Amino acid sequence: MTMRRLWIGLTVIVFAVLLVIPLLRIVQGAFDDGWSGFAAGISRPEALHALLMTGIITVSVTLINTFFGVMLSMYMVRASWLGKRLKAVMNGIVDLPFAVSPVIGGLMIVLLLGPDSAAGALLGKAGIDIVYAWPGMILATLFVTFPIVIREVMPVLQEIGSQQEEAAHMMGAYAWTTFWRVTWPQIKWSVVYGVILTIARCLGEFGAVLVVSGNIINKTQTATTLVYQDVENFDLTAANTVALVLAAASVLLLLTMEWSKSRKEVH
Amino acid sequence: MTNMLQSRWWSWGFRSTVMLYFIVLIVCPIAGIYGQSLSGGLQAFADNITEALAWKSVLLTVKLAIISTIVNALIGTMSAWVLVRYRFPGRSLLNSLVDLPFALPTAVIGLMIMLLLGPRSWIGSGAEALGTTILFHEPAIVVAMVFVTFPFVIRAVQPLLEELDASEEEAAYTMGASRTRTFMRVILPCMMPGIVSGAMLAFSRALAEFGAVVLVAGNIPGRTLVASVYIFGEIESDNPAGAAAVSVLLLTLSLLILWTVNLVRRRRAR
Repeated sequence: MTMRRLWIGLTVIVFAVLLVIPLLRIVQGAFDDGWSGFAAGISRPEALHALLMTGIITVSVTLINTFFGVMLSMYMVRASWLGKRLKAVMNGIVDLPFAVSPVIGGLMIVLLLGPDSAAGALLGKAGIDIVYAWPGMILATLFVTFPIVIREVMPVLQEIGSQQEEAAHMMGAYAWTTFWRVTWPQIKWSVVYGVILTIARCLGEFGAVLVVSGNIINKTQTATTLVYQDVENFDLTAANTVALVLAAASVLLLLTMEWSKSRKEVH
Repeated sequence: MTNMLQSRWWSWGFRSTVMLYFIVLIVCPIAGIYGQSLSGGLQAFADNITEALAWKSVLLTVKLAIISTIVNALIGTMSAWVLVRYRFPGRSLLNSLVDLPFALPTAVIGLMIMLLLGPRSWIGSGAEALGTTILFHEPAIVVAMVFVTFPFVIRAVQPLLEELDASEEEAAYTMGASRTRTFMRVILPCMMPGIVSGAMLAFSRALAEFGAVVLVAGNIPGRTLVASVYIFGEIESDNPAGAAAVSVLLLTLSLLILWTVNLVRRRRAR
């Protein structure tokens, strides 16, 4: 019995010191100068612009990667026009962005599309900037969040098998109808879970975006890179206000995640 | 509408778009970085890697990642054990909190740890009273790495413990085995695959971590500059070849770990 108490106590202490206290410190730090300090920190033009930038990136990346993620999972599990070997290779490559440091992810885009590269110079002549502008930031975030939806949806597709889909197809249903009527209801909650994880990752992406964006204030600065800049400028209260907004969003997403996990298990 | 979607051209175009997306977004950048690092020949690649500060940053990263992985293997196994085996008020809250490090932005994590360990906090002032500082030194980097990789071991061990057959454990007790002996002989071997695969993923993530580390490390070249921050510095000072060389080293290491874990998991699934 004493052993039990000891282990529970130790675990609670680890969780409290490592997770809970730091989170509360952010809240405390944001309100160091009271409500007015928080309001001033969050209503700075650069803070509003950074939050808008993060919002735009999150929405576009989540939409694009959810669509391509679901389609690719379907192909990698079902498609007969893809060889077995090729499917295995693709399966091994999908996880690459998880293995890559976000800074390296950003570096790749700079190397391929930056002003010094052939493709970048060509696009630059046409008046399109990728690096140090929003297209590069979206690309970087797309890369980083690419595997998330696929990793959630693929196992479910494998588990449910293709019998029902084949039956629907045999009965004359079009591919599109089969997908919406048969497949979608079964993968729905995994997709939702993947989308929530993608949103969380988009909101929080830092390394890749920092490298690609150049962190130009009021132009390519996102919420996370603004926090970084505020810390570098020793403006901790301002950093805390933006960090608090981000942390609140993360906690909210975490709660939604728990909720969708319970739904996923029901289905 | 359905007629159009049924048409062969449409589906061919659709498939190509999706495959092209995959190749352009994932395959091209990886190939590009390997190409760039070797574009100056093997000698230039070797020079970039063995450059004193680059090599020191890689060694430091590996060392600190190993320490944080060991810490995580220990507290992760303990937490998984407590969360699965014991029922106590607040258990489900702790269980939800496990995923917090995955949900929080890394820059926010960096700031949190900075506040936790800084001179104004009780941990920071306590360390100061003992004559050391934590923030902007190696221990702070380890704390950042532990925080960021916290969920891996717990999430890998939990399902194994839940599946563990209670009868095996009871059999060991009935045959007169002591608690410690049962733990070492029955429970630990059951948890081991989870501990190892979780620890490997945690190690790979710790090697790659940037956001949380850059804020708390101080980034003194040769002393507290980790590999990912070194890469960032080289990009900022316009030396993409140097950045690419170290990237390739880190990337290859992470890929090997990732593929090993996947291979082991697939073997076990069979």
